[in-house]
Amino acid sequence: MAPAEAASAAMIETRGLRKVFTSRKGPVEAVAGVDLRVEEHEVFGFLGPNGAGKTTTLRMLATLLPPGGGEATVAGADLRRQPALVRTRIGYVSQAGGADSEISGRSELEFQGRLYGMGRAEAARRAAETLEVLELTECADRVVRTYSGGQKRRLDIGLGLMHRPRLLFLDEPTTGLDPQSRARMWDEVRRLRDAGTTVFLTTHYLEEADALCDRLAIIDHGRIVALGTPDELKRRVAGDVVTLGLAGAGEQALALLGAQDFVREAGREGDVLRLYVDRAETAMPAILRLLDGAGLALETMAMSRPSLDDVFLHQTGRSLREAAS
Amino acid sequence: MKLLRDSWLVYQRYLGILLRNPAWVIIGVTQPVLYLLLFAPLLKSIARMPGFPPGGAYNVFVPGLLIQLGLFGAAGVGFSLISELRFGVIERLRVTPVSRAALLIGRAMRDVMNLLIQSLILVLLALPFGLSIHVGGLLLVLALIALIGLMMASISYALAFALRSEDSFAPLIFTATLPILLLSGVLLPLSLAPGWLRDVARANPLSYAVNAGRAIFNDHLGDPSVLHGIGIMAVLAAIAVAVAARSFNRAAS
Repeated sequence: MAPAEAASAAMIETRGLRKVFTSRKGPVEAVAGVDLRVEEHEVFGFLGPNGAGKTTTLRMLATLLPPGGGEATVAGADLRRQPALVRTRIGYVSQAGGADSEISGRSELEFQGRLYGMGRAEAARRAAETLEVLELTECADRVVRTYSGGQKRRLDIGLGLMHRPRLLFLDEPTTGLDPQSRARMWDEVRRLRDAGTTVFLTTHYLEEADALCDRLAIIDHGRIVALGTPDELKRRVAGDVVTLGLAGAGEQALALLGAQDFVREAGREGDVLRLYVDRAETAMPAILRLLDGAGLALETMAMSRPSLDDVFLHQTGRSLREAAS
Repeated sequence: MKLLRDSWLVYQRYLGILLRNPAWVIIGVTQPVLYLLLFAPLLKSIARMPGFPPGGAYNVFVPGLLIQLGLFGAAGVGFSLISELRFGVIERLRVTPVSRAALLIGRAMRDVMNLLIQSLILVLLALPFGLSIHVGGLLLVLALIALIGLMMASISYALAFALRSEDSFAPLIFTATLPILLLSGVLLPLSLAPGWLRDVARANPLSYAVNAGRAIFNDHLGDPSVLHGIGIMAVLAAIAVAVAARSFNRAAS
């Protein structure tokens, strides 16, 4: 990579980021050399089971933990040499949240703003704006203890956004939320991205990584095992699956289709064929033409994509659902 | 400059939390008030014994009571910090550009303010019993209490960072504080104590604070013990603040 390119708009760039903790049983390598590059204006996700090193990486990038090794640039500032500068440019919302339960949401936001150097009036204005955007105006002056789970989580995010950071870290933003609040949170994250904020989040929910992230890294035992867009990652596993239900002559169809270049692998159970192809979108019309040409009648046709769980399984030999439990 | 501004912001925030439940200020002063009402009358007759310092029972007892208030009142402040650590409040504050030292100083200032209000309540309640003090002396005593409170609050916060569990924090801090308190002659003057006890007490920095408090209440503001007591407490408070501020800076989770 040319130096000029490296200096371009990467929001986060890490090289060999490491962290070793000492436990009673000896040193534990929580983060074992992470190299990644997060571009501006994207939602980047860290997917992995609990204890994979997601939070530790995030906390290092947010200046809460000194890196054990490696280099990183965060929001244009050097993580080791300019942590104070990093802090002015990032927002960070931990899994625990961070709002005090005995204060009103409004005063927490105003206090947060003042810590970033805002004057009293500016902090009040910005707090009102943030409450409005996150639809918290109605509960703004109640103590946080009385908030619902979704309201509390939105306030936590509001605290991270008070100073309009260019980069927002969200640690497990939807853990513990009901499906409705989760969908709400996803919308919020997308809106942030569209408004120009780069979002770096961790999650152990497959659907969340899939639905929300522009790109993601799968992390296990402190190492990135796969990196790319959700679609790329899934394609890397085995391509797509096309399932055909034939009216008969399954064997003949298998022989015909199995010989095609675009079919990686084919299997048959009676008159049902499973074809593993690189891209179902282009394979399906070709399949139709071939069957038509050979005079074979097709009753049903379905396509499916491998899930991120298949990706995790492929890379680590374990299912994420198992690894999480 | 930034340290001052940030400390002031943090102070206001935590004062706000305290004043949301002003009952705690009153509950905190209940124990010393009970001592004043139910224990101090016993001293009236003892005050005539040889060896009891001059100035009357209340002028000897109330300074000790104030120092006890300063010590125990501030010893428990780490409690709230433990739950803040658990709920990510401290972590959230540490990601902002706020001065880390201000996170300690601001909240310790709030604790000191709480103690000063409680001390004033106690002094006012003791006046009808025959306590006498001048404004200058009162201010000096409040300064002494403020230093003790600052020291003890800092120790309490540093310990909360180290333990991170209410279950071990409470027994540890109160068990450690009690002998320091008893060995300072808070309840009864050490002039009544056997020689060995007096020797042990001499090694206890807090007994200098108690001596200073009694000298002030006796209107001996120029007595060397006043300067010693305040000086020793100021040095210890500075050390405790430095140690606790480091905890706020390094907190790992």
